[in-house]
Amino acid sequence: MNDWRLPSAGLGALVVLRRNVLVWRKLIGPALVFNFGEPILYLLGLGLGLGSFIGNMGEMPYLTFLASGLIASSAMTTASFEGTYSVFTRMIPQRTYEAILATPLEVDDILAGEMLWCGVKSLISAVAILVVASLLGVVASWNALWTLPIAFLIGLCFAGPAIVMSSIVSNYDFFSFYSVLVITPMFILSGVFYPIETMPTLLQTIVQVLPLSHAVALVRPLVANQVLIQPLLHVAVLLVYTVIGYYLAVVLVRRRLIV
Amino acid sequence: MSASTSHITSSTSPVVSAKGLRKVFGTLTVVDDIDFTIPRGKCFGFLGPNGAGKTTTLRMLLGLSPMTAGELTIFGQPVSPKTRERMGVVPQLDNLDPDFSVIENLELYASYFRIPRVEASVRIERLLRFTALSEKRYAKTETLSGGMKRRLTIARALINEPELVVLDEPTTGLDPQVRHAIWSRLNDLRAQGTTLILTTHYMEEAERLCDELVIMDHGRILDHGTPRALIKRHVEAEVIEIRSETAKGLVLEDLPECRVEDLGTSLYCYTHHAAPLIQHLQDSPGVVFMHRPAGLEDVFLTLTGRELRD
Ligand SMILES: Nc1ncnc2c1ncn2[C@@H]1O[C@H](COP(=O)(O)OP(=O)(O)OP(=O)(O)O)[C@@H](O)[C@H]1O
Ligand SMILES: [Mg+2]
Repeated sequence: MNDWRLPSAGLGALVVLRRNVLVWRKLIGPALVFNFGEPILYLLGLGLGLGSFIGNMGEMPYLTFLASGLIASSAMTTASFEGTYSVFTRMIPQRTYEAILATPLEVDDILAGEMLWCGVKSLISAVAILVVASLLGVVASWNALWTLPIAFLIGLCFAGPAIVMSSIVSNYDFFSFYSVLVITPMFILSGVFYPIETMPTLLQTIVQVLPLSHAVALVRPLVANQVLIQPLLHVAVLLVYTVIGYYLAVVLVRRRLIV
Repeated sequence: MSASTSHITSSTSPVVSAKGLRKVFGTLTVVDDIDFTIPRGKCFGFLGPNGAGKTTTLRMLLGLSPMTAGELTIFGQPVSPKTRERMGVVPQLDNLDPDFSVIENLELYASYFRIPRVEASVRIERLLRFTALSEKRYAKTETLSGGMKRRLTIARALINEPELVVLDEPTTGLDPQVRHAIWSRLNDLRAQGTTLILTTHYMEEAERLCDELVIMDHGRILDHGTPRALIKRHVEAEVIEIRSETAKGLVLEDLPECRVEDLGTSLYCYTHHAAPLIQHLQDSPGVVFMHRPAGLEDVFLTLTGRELRD
């Protein structure tokens, strides 16, 4: 009942964001190794290896195709990891939210801060991939920098559903279901590795309801310096997921903590 | 004119006032229609066995648990983030931020209250001294002992210079030295005019600290008053404890002028005139006994019964 009232986050969100930035700064070494290591492996291993067989895909070198897809998918997985494992840790075993809720901050502020942090982490992952991709010479122009705010938005979009998961599970094991049933299928089917158009029509329709295909549709032309097709539609889809995700997350976390 | 009247009302009106406060989880009534008012500058205690509803009551004061029914005001206002701005909280279980050091925990908490950095660092130095943690300022919280964690939690609760501090079992599980240190800090706070709300299972703690207290059980308030008044109202002035295994030869009905309660390992004899009983026991060979004034524990046991909880 009261849990369903509309959220109203304030500046407290930035304080929560700052908390997470401070923790990240302490572990910046391992974090950056991961951020750079993963795209290097994918782009060198998959991109160069497969790329030499494939040549061009979607009117661009395969390495460009893959790098742009990975920027979108990595923004997704980064935010999803943060919104599940890290948020759950702070919410339940570590009881960090309980401590924060004894101050003037509310669930609304905490989750807005967490979502912003997911966005920032997704942005960081995009920077890493972009740097690696540029060094490999597959980024077409400075326009590619526009992918950074898009990566931030992708982070927000996937943070909500991940936090929703955190608010309903009883332990970490359940996150495997989310990963196997939601995130991994999206990763494989949403046009990161090959164009969606090669799939059966039904699958294409399903994939187009899911956010990752829209994320890819925004990022890829920016990296390859091609014309964006229906950018407002794609941004709108990501925004709708963000808003609904945030709202549901706030309602469910209130239910879990304010009892 | 209006400013001075509002000042008068705010300094004399109760800090917390609850009427018909109720909390139901599903079919379980955990707090059952309780009334209490907590005056400014006093230490107010909630005593009760495990599961009595103490923590739930405190969570309602914080807005961490919506009440099922009743009226509740803090500083004359309904519970909200604004009332939390003026409160400090020491939860039953420590929830320090394990990703940060002692001083960072305090800095972080100050930021949640939006206390400016410079002001915060002045307060932090003072609080580190107050809780004797200055040496440990750069320690990670996991490396602290239980007593240090508790003191840090108390320091954290004071970062916003609260008018009202809520402490849920502040000394449970701590050694006597730490317990005494915490009691003395709490006394200092009350001397400065801070209102304290405290739950505890230690009767000694309640007797030393609380100006007023309620004894709760099964979500209800069984009685309310000062420790002295409660003792006077519910039990005889003196108690003689007899070790059960030494009491074999005694005929309980022959003990003069007393009410006997069997606690298993001891017999408690409550009386207003201990002298005849002491005489009687001294004449009974092998009986080991102890004579003491009645305390809150006797009130507690009398009111809440002797059977185990949970
Ligand atoms: N979220 C909840 N859902 C259902 N029951 C609950 C919930 N929280 C507490 N309870 C029940 O409410 C009762 C009162 O709990 P509470 O924690 O307030 O007791 P307490 O007086 O603080 O006990 P203790 O001295 O053990 O800390 C207990 O029976 C407990 O099991
Ligand atoms: Mg409790």
